[in-house]
Amino acid sequence: MASTDVTRQLDTNVRPLSMSGHVGFDSLPDQLVSRSTGQGFCFNILCIGETGIGKSTLMDTLFNTNFENSESTHFEPKVKLRAQTYQLQESNVQLKLTVVNTVGFGDQMNKEDSYQHVVNYIDAQFESYLQEELKIKRSLHNYHDTRIHACLYFIAPTGHSLKSLDLVTMKKLDSKVNIIPVIAKADTISKSELHKFKIKIMSELVSNGVQIYQFPIDDENVAKINTTMNSHLPFAVVGSTEEVKIGNKMVKARQYPWGVVQVENESHCDFVKLREMLICVNMEDLREQTHTRHYELYRRCKLEEMGFTDTDAENKPVSLQETYETKRQEFLFELQKREEEMRQMFVQRVKEKETELKDAERELQGKFEHLKRLHQEERMKLDEKKTMLEDEISGFSKRKIATELLQAQAFTGSMNIKKDKDRKNSGFM
Amino acid sequence: MSQADKLKQGQFTNPETPGYVGFANLPNQVHRKSVKKGFEFTLMVVGESGLGKSTLINSLFLTDLYPERVIPGAAEKIERTVQIEASTVEIEERGVKLRLTVVDTPGYGDAINSQDCFSTIIAYIDDQFERYLHDESGLNRRHIVDNRVHCCFYFISPLGHGMKPLDVQFMKAIHNKVNVVPVIAKADTLTLKERERLKRRILDEIDEHGIKIYHLPDAESDEDEDFKEQTRILKASVPFAVVGSNQQIEAKGKKVRGRLYPWGVVEVENPEHNDFLKLRTMLITHMQDLQEVTQDLHYENFRSERLKKGGRLSSHGFLLPLSPAKGAETEEVDKDMILMEKEAELRRMQQMIAKMQAQMQKQGDGDTDSV
Repeated sequence: MASTDVTRQLDTNVRPLSMSGHVGFDSLPDQLVSRSTGQGFCFNILCIGETGIGKSTLMDTLFNTNFENSESTHFEPKVKLRAQTYQLQESNVQLKLTVVNTVGFGDQMNKEDSYQHVVNYIDAQFESYLQEELKIKRSLHNYHDTRIHACLYFIAPTGHSLKSLDLVTMKKLDSKVNIIPVIAKADTISKSELHKFKIKIMSELVSNGVQIYQFPIDDENVAKINTTMNSHLPFAVVGSTEEVKIGNKMVKARQYPWGVVQVENESHCDFVKLREMLICVNMEDLREQTHTRHYELYRRCKLEEMGFTDTDAENKPVSLQETYETKRQEFLFELQKREEEMRQMFVQRVKEKETELKDAERELQGKFEHLKRLHQEERMKLDEKKTMLEDEISGFSKRKIATELLQAQAFTGSMNIKKDKDRKNSGFM
Repeated sequence: MSQADKLKQGQFTNPETPGYVGFANLPNQVHRKSVKKGFEFTLMVVGESGLGKSTLINSLFLTDLYPERVIPGAAEKIERTVQIEASTVEIEERGVKLRLTVVDTPGYGDAINSQDCFSTIIAYIDDQFERYLHDESGLNRRHIVDNRVHCCFYFISPLGHGMKPLDVQFMKAIHNKVNVVPVIAKADTLTLKERERLKRRILDEIDEHGIKIYHLPDAESDEDEDFKEQTRILKASVPFAVVGSNQQIEAKGKKVRGRLYPWGVVEVENPEHNDFLKLRTMLITHMQDLQEVTQDLHYENFRSERLKKGGRLSSHGFLLPLSPAKGAETEEVDKDMILMEKEAELRRMQQMIAKMQAQMQKQGDGDTDSV
């Protein structure tokens, strides 16, 4: 439900009028109530705290139901957020409750950016609402509002002071969400220690400039109870879903060997106060604060970032439409310029590549020519050598023939001599 | 009845007994000497702020070790480094003197970034070992002060489902240097069922991560049944879930140390409420064993590691601590080079000598020649 806050200023032209009878417009609030009851309410709680500190148990105890959350491990590498939505009903009032739990918060060795994951989640919810609001065709009355209305910050019951992680995280969140600090597992602190602990925590928050949620005191109906409750912050709570028999009825309690801690006993812990404040009395105020303060702050920062202003250089009001148009033109122009740049760069790159390739081709061509020439030369040399060899061979064979002839002649000569000798010899006879 | 049996039954304390030698009196002599010498014990406590460490130490030794304490606020804790604060007190009970040193580690786990928070602690433990090693290796060993950490109580937060990554990392870093005793702090947050579940979870995680915590030694077979039963109970209750308190509360007509709540009183020394008594018993009865394990296991480990890394023998014949920055390999390389250089020198010297001899020979010949 997005109720717009319109401040009415009494114009001097408007005069108060008294009526002589009952008209009936005092039923207007009732109409509003029945309409909103028909629509159903929506509430989102964020629980931040170390693993095992009792976030899920407290939620179960607060809303008197079992949200079925399994135990998380201590060894998560970074902080995660787990959101679960439930539909609850009490008498004829429907409530769409979203409970967001941190998983692994405070477990890592280096917790320097643990808060960042939480901040990112909260901003994301604001962003999606902003997007919906800025749409041309929007359906805000059907929109499932996931913005965090209340943040329960669970403080470990050390009895000394806040932890360094607590301080850093709360400082980052106090301008984005309504922070309600609670002291968890308060059955480990005795009354005197608790008193000192609460004072120490509040003074630390104040001295470090952390703004936690204060229950509103401007409405006379609830001003008194809210002021008292404000002085009891932070609430020291104990959660339990188990029941123990006390007297003749079953109450939510924790059983110890030395006694029984009753959750709903005001002298044991502040659970009842928390329930009163968070749910019974101030739920609607929490939602309103989220919308009018935290969401508006986010929206303003976001739009300023984008370059929108309410007044231009001459302090004249600027319409959002005009600004939007100019922004759009700028953006399109920017887009075109970028495209041009890219195209030019592309063309240049292509040119460069082309020249490179051409160079490479030329080089290759040159090498090829060179190799061809070498080949030619080798070939010529080879031919020369071949002819030389052939000459030699022919010379050699000629000589061979000549010597053979000579030999043959010599042989026949000797034969002739022999024949002559024989003839001579035979002649003698 | 044999002599051995008679000895066992301690019947030899009377000089009139036949066969009396008298060394059955040795235990008494040991007792007397140790009372005269006094005992020393160093206990380290480690854990996040606000877990009740100081209160527990005060409850354990029934004294106030932290008279002027300043607890910093959250803003100072963001960048806080770990400090080591050791306070020594002398306490006496029935003539037995105990010099107790409690080493506190304020700032552990406080800073936003705890990546480096235990290097200081490990450096301290190593430093104590180093000092003892130095003293033990010295010439004059009369007054060795034993400041080695004999036991470390590690406090685990009861708010979680088990151990956190910081707990696991720290225990793994020191389990080879000191006896680690895990303790569940502020146990009055837990119902009995939750306590059992947490203990089992922690033991499982210790097994899973291979952490070596201090194990109580089993009772000897000749101890009496009560002691054996006590040891059994102690071993089954690890890790101890304790509650500490500095105040005396009036409960059921008597004054007890405890914490007063609107719904009841938690008595520190009531075994049904928490394991404080078991922790105290363990510490007192096993103080000697803790010291022995520190000496025989952790110190010897340290010593052998240290000597392997390289301690040189000085001219006086005892160990000189070497700077731990030099790695083992550079040591060897240096030594090799030194050897080579020495060899080269030797060879040169030999050559020179040979030359000189040759010269002398020639001169001699020349002389004889000239003669």
